[in-house]
This record gives sequence, C-alpha cells and structure tokens, in this order.
Amino acid sequence: MTAPAGTTQVPVRVPNTLRELVGGERTVLVDIEGSDDTGTVTVAHVLDALAVEYAALERRVRDELGRTRIHVNLFVGPDNIRDLDGLATPVAAGQELSIIPAISGG
Amino acid sequence: MESSGSTTATLEATEGAGTVTARRDVDTMLLVGTTKGLFSLRAHDGGERFELDGPSFPGEEVYATCIDTRSSPARLFVGSVSMHWGPVLRRSDDLGGSWTEDETAALIFPPGSDAALAKIWQLTPGPADEPDVVYAGVEPAALFRSEDGGRHFSLVEGLWNHPHRPEWVPGGGGLCLHTVLLHPDDPERLLVAISAAGVYLTDDGGRTWRASNRGIVAGFFPDDPEPEFGQCVHKVARDAGDPERLYLQHHGGIYRSDDGGGSWQPMTGIAGMDFGFPVVAHPTRSGTAYLLPLESDGFRCTPNGRCTVWRTSDGGASWEPLTDGLPQPDAHLTVLRDAFTTDGQEPAGLYFGTRSGEVWGSVDDGDSWRLLADHLPPVLSVRAAPLR
Repeated sequence: MTAPAGTTQVPVRVPNTLRELVGGERTVLVDIEGSDDTGTVTVAHVLDALAVEYAALERRVRDELGRTRIHVNLFVGPDNIRDLDGLATPVAAGQELSIIPAISGG
Repeated sequence: MESSGSTTATLEATEGAGTVTARRDVDTMLLVGTTKGLFSLRAHDGGERFELDGPSFPGEEVYATCIDTRSSPARLFVGSVSMHWGPVLRRSDDLGGSWTEDETAALIFPPGSDAALAKIWQLTPGPADEPDVVYAGVEPAALFRSEDGGRHFSLVEGLWNHPHRPEWVPGGGGLCLHTVLLHPDDPERLLVAISAAGVYLTDDGGRTWRASNRGIVAGFFPDDPEPEFGQCVHKVARDAGDPERLYLQHHGGIYRSDDGGGSWQPMTGIAGMDFGFPVVAHPTRSGTAYLLPLESDGFRCTPNGRCTVWRTSDGGASWEPLTDGLPQPDAHLTVLRDAFTTDGQEPAGLYFGTRSGEVWGSVDDGDSWRLLADHLPPVLSVRAAPLR
C-alpha cells in the first residue's frame, strides 16, 4: 500500500496478545501527516497516529499522560527506544516500530 | 470492540455439612475477579448446581466487577488491569457472552489532572430511577461518574480538588477509592472510602466533600490516633433498613455509625479480632451484617486456622460465629475487601473468595456454607445478583 502524498507510512508490529484489537493483523500501517520542525518522524508521531486509527491499541502502549507503560518495550528496527531518545527517537523511512511486552509477570 | 467468552465447565457444588435452602425460581450469577482473569458462576436450581465459566481476559487482574440489575438482562461491568497493557473497563449486555471496550476509553483522567488511571477498584450502579448513572472508584484515589450507562465517565472534580488530597497516602494496596455507597433516600448523598484517607461524605451530589472519620482510631499515627483523615478504612456497608446506620472495617477495628457516617463507635462483640478487609450488610434485614476477621495485620489469615464468618443481628451489639460447612482447622485463608458479597436476595446469598482460589457460598443467610469452586487463581473480587 502506498502512503498518501505528504504522509509517511510506518508499519507497526503488534504482539499476539493485542492482535484482537486490530482485527487479527500482525502488522498495521499508520499514516503520519507531517513531522517535527526538522522533518523527522518520531515514535511519538507514530503513536499519535496510531491513537487516531487504533485508539484501544495505543492506550495499551501509553497512558493518558503520554508515558510509555513501564512493562512495554518499543523497538525501532532492532533498537529499544529506551536506549535511544525515548518517544523522540526518529523512525527512518522503511523502519518498523515493534510493540513488545517486557519479560515480566507473576 | 468486542471479544467473546471462554470455556465452560459444570461443577456439582461440593457437599457441605449443612442443609442449603433451595431457591429454585431464581438463577444467580457470580462474577469472580481473580489475579488471572474473570470467572463466573451461574447457580441453577436455587443454588443446587453451579456452572463455572472462564477465564475471560486471562492474565488480567480483575479488581472490580458489577452486575447492574437495573437493566434486563443485567449489564455487567469489569474493571481489569494488565501488568503490561494497563487498565481497561469493559461491559457486557449479554451476561458475559461478549464484551465491549469503547474505542474511546470510557474511563481516563482528563487533561490537566496530571494523573493516569492505574486501577479500577469499584463499579457501583447509580440510583434505581437514574439507570444510566454508574460510579467508579479508582486508583489514584478518585471518583468518576457516568451518565450514559458506563460508556463515558467524568471525574468528580469536587473530590479530586479536595484540599486534603495532596496529603493522602496509599495503603498496602495502593491509593485507592474502593467504596461507593449511595443513600437510598437522597441521590445527592454519597459516601466514599479511600485507603488510606478514610471516609468522605457529600450531601450535594459530589460538589463538596468532607472527611468524616471521627471516632475511628488510627493506631499507626502515634502522635494523633484520631486524625481528621488518614484512617485506613478497608470497607463500609450500609444497613438495609436504616440508611443512617453503617458498618465499617478499619485496618485495626470494627465500627458502627448511627448518623450516616458523621461519627463512629467501636463494635466490641468479636473479642480480639479487629483486623479484616470486608464487611457486608444483609440485603433486606435491618441490623444484620457480616464480617470475616483475619488474624492481625502481620498475618492476615483466618484466626487459628479456622475460617469463620461472624454475623450480627442487633446492629453490631453482639456477634455470632458461623462455621457450618466452612473449613477448619488448618484453614489459613485470606479474604480481600471486595471478595465478600451478597446477592441481594431473601434469604441472603453470601459468597466469598479467597486468595487461595476458593469460592464459598451460603444461600441461607450464612447459616451453612459450601465450597462452590476451587483451584482458581487468587480471588480479588466477588459480586452476585439474581437473574430474573
């Protein structure tokens, strides 16, 4: 699928346990209109766009204060954004954002 | 967004020592919230046979459930929280056959509140003549009100902006608003209880609130054991016949109020058993209430290995132990604040769940008990209601 003109399309990989929120899809494509002043698309932009199309999925990732839930990891390509710039981490063209639950539980 | 239920198994209720009164004309539904999802028990043949269903929402902690019998069929609400994915409110209009989570979150803190929902602790139907009103008590401690049948909730600003709030501190379970009691004669009057802030009352529908803990001794404040607020109230129940009478289980003590919560007096009829979580009022009989004391705040298990429900029939002046069918000795059980409930019928059905995954029930006002389910995950909440 081609992104509309003026938008960037980012694939978001959805973990098994949340796929019922997106019709069973393993990956969803979100269209990001615009970016920050430098022309960069960030993880926050992707999640903002995700909130429009898949609100229930996005709030599993961030709380209403916009904080990433503590037991949720977000990867841009192979890198955990906690090791980068958090939600300000850039997402380059062609990169995938992966939502992955932390190895935690009881 | 909808999801379906899960597997069903039929259980023959474990034989208990007592005789169980049959209420053959009414099926009863129990919602059992556990640390690993929601289970339900449907009682047929007046409680002779229970059918277990679940888990729904496996892996999610279910602290709050509600069976709202103002609609037909009853509307179910479930407030759960996933360690990974946060809290969710769901509702069902087909008795749990399918569940709806609104695409726009039904229950979140508004912008500017600088708070995020951690857990839903209480879901309480509004007045009978306001069938779309539903209250939610949450963590961090706040009250929400819905006027559209639970599709959207609004923060009750009057309590959230109370000058005491910055000084509230969490109990062991978190800073939670766990009790919401309506007044049957005046929808403007509400009582809420918060751990560990205590009881707060409103007479104007939630616009203004006042702490009301006079008489409740908080021994964990050595310099001021009767502060205006800060008490670790575990649960409060309103008497069936006298709405000004309330029963309260505190972190260390059991209390009664005869003035709508304006002041509290200790109930001393259960010697040496001042700790526990739940308190339940009989649904129809004035002066009758139930406690399930635990041994000390250090141990928090049924005293001396004997699971005993205590009943008062005189407004808390005296208490009798109910043990028929309950496990003892060597029964070291813990029952949490919302894991003991009544089904609202006469005679009262009473049900409690344990942290060791058992559900016990009585359909004769507590005179006799039997095991309804076991080997469940730790039970956090139990609610019950007749299905007519």
